[in-house]
Amino acid sequence: MSAPAQKRIIFQHIDEPGYTNDLACYLKHGGYEVMKRSFARPPQELIDEVKKSGLRGRGGAGFPCGVKWGLVDRKSGKPIYLIVNADESEPGTFKDRYIMQQDPHQLIEGTIISCFANNVKQAYIYIRGEMAEGARILEKAIAEARATNFVGPNILGSSYSCEIFVHRGAGAYICGEETGLIESLEGKRANPRIKPPYFPAVLGLYQCPTIVNNVETLCHVKYIADVGGEAFTKIGTPNHTGPRIFCVSGHVQRPGYYEFPAGTVTMGQLLNDVCGGPLPGRTFKAVIPGGSSAKVMRFGERYKGKRKVGTDMVDYDWGVEDVPMDFDSLGMIGTMGGSGGVIVMDDSVNMVEALANINAFYSHESCGQCTPCREGSLWMKKISTRMVHGDARPEDAALLKSVADQIPGRTICAFGEACSWPTQSFYLKFKDEFDSYSEAKKTLPADRRVLV
Amino acid sequence: MNLKPETLKRIDEVITHYPVKRSATLPLLHLVQEDAGYISDEAIAWIAKKLELELINVLEVVTFYPMFKRKPIGRRHIKVCRTLSCALVGGYKTCETFEKEFLTHAGPTEVSPDGEVTVEFVECLASCGTAPVVLIDDVLHEKVDCAKAKQLAAQIKAEAAARK
Ligand SMILES: Cc1cc2nc3c(=O)[nH]c(=O)nc-3n(C[C@H](O)[C@H](O)[C@H](O)COP(=O)(O)O)c2cc1C
Ligand code: SF4
Ligand code: FES
Repeated sequence: MSAPAQKRIIFQHIDEPGYTNDLACYLKHGGYEVMKRSFARPPQELIDEVKKSGLRGRGGAGFPCGVKWGLVDRKSGKPIYLIVNADESEPGTFKDRYIMQQDPHQLIEGTIISCFANNVKQAYIYIRGEMAEGARILEKAIAEARATNFVGPNILGSSYSCEIFVHRGAGAYICGEETGLIESLEGKRANPRIKPPYFPAVLGLYQCPTIVNNVETLCHVKYIADVGGEAFTKIGTPNHTGPRIFCVSGHVQRPGYYEFPAGTVTMGQLLNDVCGGPLPGRTFKAVIPGGSSAKVMRFGERYKGKRKVGTDMVDYDWGVEDVPMDFDSLGMIGTMGGSGGVIVMDDSVNMVEALANINAFYSHESCGQCTPCREGSLWMKKISTRMVHGDARPEDAALLKSVADQIPGRTICAFGEACSWPTQSFYLKFKDEFDSYSEAKKTLPADRRVLV
Repeated sequence: MNLKPETLKRIDEVITHYPVKRSATLPLLHLVQEDAGYISDEAIAWIAKKLELELINVLEVVTFYPMFKRKPIGRRHIKVCRTLSCALVGGYKTCETFEKEFLTHAGPTEVSPDGEVTVEFVECLASCGTAPVVLIDDVLHEKVDCAKAKQLAAQIKAEAAARK
């Protein structure tokens, strides 16, 4: 079965010829009309629409947005803050960049609607430091919106005022984790906070209630405010509503970003029909389906079990290609949809070497607060790099796994899980390759691609 | 600190964005680094005073975030992505090409012998679909294979020559 056509909602204008990122162009395409209409509604009604929509966060964890908003402490009398998570640094993920650079007003409109719904007077867009150009574009767009009274005091003559400022990070991945982000925005090291008690909804920025949402999530909010929560549930699957943007990279003919209603394409359709299949003369070997920490899938393996379709329980027996690309299906087979970053590896890749690359990332990015994460990620990097560039020993694979197994559940933030899953899943799925690496290495072509 | 009037103006403006002055630490570090090229001891003291903080509050931030440099780096800053999607399509070769072109080693504060560039291997730049990618100063370059890396290097060299 070939893939259904793309349906671009969030990315409607991305790469559209003639579409520019200035206010005039956005207004010409109906910009800020949804915001105007939203201002005529009671804020609670907007929150209810988002709850009804079933929208799940697109930053990685897939937490229901309406539920998150429902947890905000509104009785404390403290101001409520909203932070746009524009840190986009999960390897394999590259969608928020395009929204901010090509359609910044879509994000600003979504942000103001979300602020209005939650009685937020001050929002910050936390953008990663390397995106200096993106920060400039956003600042210019906010200035345009302010000059037109879409942002700032008494928006559109109402009694509602809201400011947005752009705040730049400085090259640390952990700033994407919401409590690390908050610490960073407070001017400190981005050391994540312990939950409980520091749930952002209660004790967030400056110990005030705070909403942290991903860039893409807030664009969905704008769309939901436009069409209604009910209509949003008609797109995608019952438990993963709305559109999904896939970022495909690595060994396919046409890497890039593609938007589909969630769950309507399978991995096989995405990689073969949409992305043009493997490179000439190659076959697919492995794919990481939701950012680099998502557990790897091995082509040729099968997933079996029972799943709910409507009200019935039915058996499924899927190969990698058959898995529908939604949060639940990917969760069911032991991995995750995460941030939508799909990283593809073909048969030219040695999995030990690919893992060594990933381990180097996590070791570099651990914030260092928790011993299991700081030391464990470093050891995994050292062992796997030594396997590639120094002596590889038959017992290394088991050693790697034992280090990985001692991290999750023993750390302050989910980075502990994120850094151990690649080693655990690579070892589980490609045990043969790890156990035999010390031997295989002797015959691998010396001029093969360097991965670490 | 000998900062440009424009920088000082932007510093005073950005502090107003936050109800708590300390939040302006990262923005100030960015502004000072853009102006002075790196974060000196003097800069740390100046920022601490400006934001009514202890020296250590600023120093611990500078040492945590890879983008802040404690000493001067090359005139141009070449950041090559090291992470998986880029590596899968030749990111390591791209980095090596820049190292060879400028007779330098990749490193956070390594400077090429001519003082022209710092080549740094950095983690995922969020453009994995157009890998391998390279950020030169603030400009992103996509699909930078060896040939394109050589072209970019030649351009940097030409711009350096034109300045002399
Ligand atoms: C280690 C780590 C890194 C993260 N990086 C990002 C990121 O770069 N961007 C993002 O939106 N969320 C990231 N998240 C998820 C955030 O903590 C948070 O769940 C998200 O911003 C919530 O927004 P959403 O509900 O709209 O998805 C990360 C989480 C962890 C544990
Ligand atoms: S798990 Fe790792 S990244 Fe998270 S707080 Fe602990 S040391 Fe820092
Ligand atoms: S891996 Fe290089 S940009 Fe993401």
